[in-house]
Amino acid sequence: MSAFWHWFVVIITLGFIAAMVWLFIATGRARVPSETNEEGNETTGHVWDEDLTELNNPMPRWWLWLFYGTVIWSLIYLALYPGLGNFAGITGWTSEGQYIEEMEQATAEFDARFGELVGRPLEELAHNPEALRLGRNIFAHNCSTCHGSDARGARGYPNLTNNHWSWGGRPEQVLTSIYEGREGIMPGFGDALNDQEVTRTAVFVQQLAGMQVDQTMAAAGRRHYDMLCAACHGPDGEGNPDLGSPDLTAGVFSYGSSIDAIRETIRNGRHGVMPAQRDLLGEARSRLVAAYVLSLNETNSDADD
Amino acid sequence: MLHEKLEKNTALMAVLIVVAISFGGLVQIVPLMFKGAIVEPADGVEPYSAIRLAGRDVYIAEGCYNCHSQQIRPFRSETERYGHYSVAGEFVYDHPFQWGSKRTGPDLARVGGIYSDDWHYLHMIDPRAVVPESNMPAYPWLEHRYVDGQAIEQRMRALRRLGHPYTDEQIENASSEVAGVTELEALIAYLQGLGTEWTGQRPGAQAGGE
Repeated sequence: MSAFWHWFVVIITLGFIAAMVWLFIATGRARVPSETNEEGNETTGHVWDEDLTELNNPMPRWWLWLFYGTVIWSLIYLALYPGLGNFAGITGWTSEGQYIEEMEQATAEFDARFGELVGRPLEELAHNPEALRLGRNIFAHNCSTCHGSDARGARGYPNLTNNHWSWGGRPEQVLTSIYEGREGIMPGFGDALNDQEVTRTAVFVQQLAGMQVDQTMAAAGRRHYDMLCAACHGPDGEGNPDLGSPDLTAGVFSYGSSIDAIRETIRNGRHGVMPAQRDLLGEARSRLVAAYVLSLNETNSDADD
Repeated sequence: MLHEKLEKNTALMAVLIVVAISFGGLVQIVPLMFKGAIVEPADGVEPYSAIRLAGRDVYIAEGCYNCHSQQIRPFRSETERYGHYSVAGEFVYDHPFQWGSKRTGPDLARVGGIYSDDWHYLHMIDPRAVVPESNMPAYPWLEHRYVDGQAIEQRMRALRRLGHPYTDEQIENASSEVAGVTELEALIAYLQGLGTEWTGQRPGAQAGGE
């Protein structure tokens, strides 16, 4: 704030307080012409409806002191806290400072309680009831909007409980998915393949997943698969976790396994985005939630509390 | 007496009441109009692109501000959930700003990038499809309405008069930029940009989250 605005605020604020004090003192002292009624009390001399008069009592003392109290309070407040232009106040309080202090305190508590726990290897955390309890909470607050509160996903949002991973299921891969997010782009082949060819390819994809299909159609579809799909999904459909291209032999379909759903996938492509969580959750919470997700995929896990 | 004159002259009293109560505004509001941190954009904050401006109009037209606020206050309880608190410089290109005052739904000041475009798409068509306990209304008609490029161009011209630094090129390209764009796509573009531009955000809006 420039010097002009600083003094602008200071002078108006203090001037206004001074003016109010003056107003009260001045009006308290001012006397109006008064009369004394027959009971000996002072009145203003006005008479209404023949015999109604108004007593001329001074303002109640307690009420007056309440007013002076607010004046004193405002001066103390302006001395302690920012309010008078550029004057920061004796306490040096700022809302930002209060926030930073609040966060530091909470971080210190978090570190004291969970710092050691969070630093342990993910494999161990995935069996630690305390870590899983925390991870489950974080999942419910942050991840369930897409992956569902039971982590079984939805159309377009992977099921996280079936030990099937587009981007790899090793602890560090899962953690990377959470930290950095993932963006899976499958291009559409609607221009390269006509409707019939799309259908044949879809049938072959169903065959890769172990479904009972028309063998002739599948054999015809294989040609298109080799040409267009094998580059990412592999010659045998085993997928590639570095590209996020799913294993097509696992029988797990994020966008549906019906022939129409697969045709739509081939024709228009798919674009799945998992947003990066490192800045949103922080590393400690990301590790806890990674441990929780890993624990969901361990059959016969004794850590499922 | 002076007081008697005042009491019996309503017009004079009204004028003097206005003078008396305007002192607060003079001290609290007027100096802020000249304070850099409030009237200058925060680092990285740019005027809305044509498509996001169109989305912002949809946001206002559909009354999103009735249930969603766009201001994160500097408390841990807020930043843990929504991200870094908001600063004044993030809203200099909002006419009018969409701070709102009610949170039936969550705050949206930093919703950009939290969900994927597809998620927003599904969520607008049928909120229950992705959040079963949601009580947000569905907005399926947005998918079938198209943004009016001409209107956006005029809007950008009007905003330039208010001091938004749009270039001639940006305004000329506005129509073609939003050609064939549905209101839903524009709204998603707007939401995906919310709160992402300011580069001065500290990491770790959550305790223990370095």
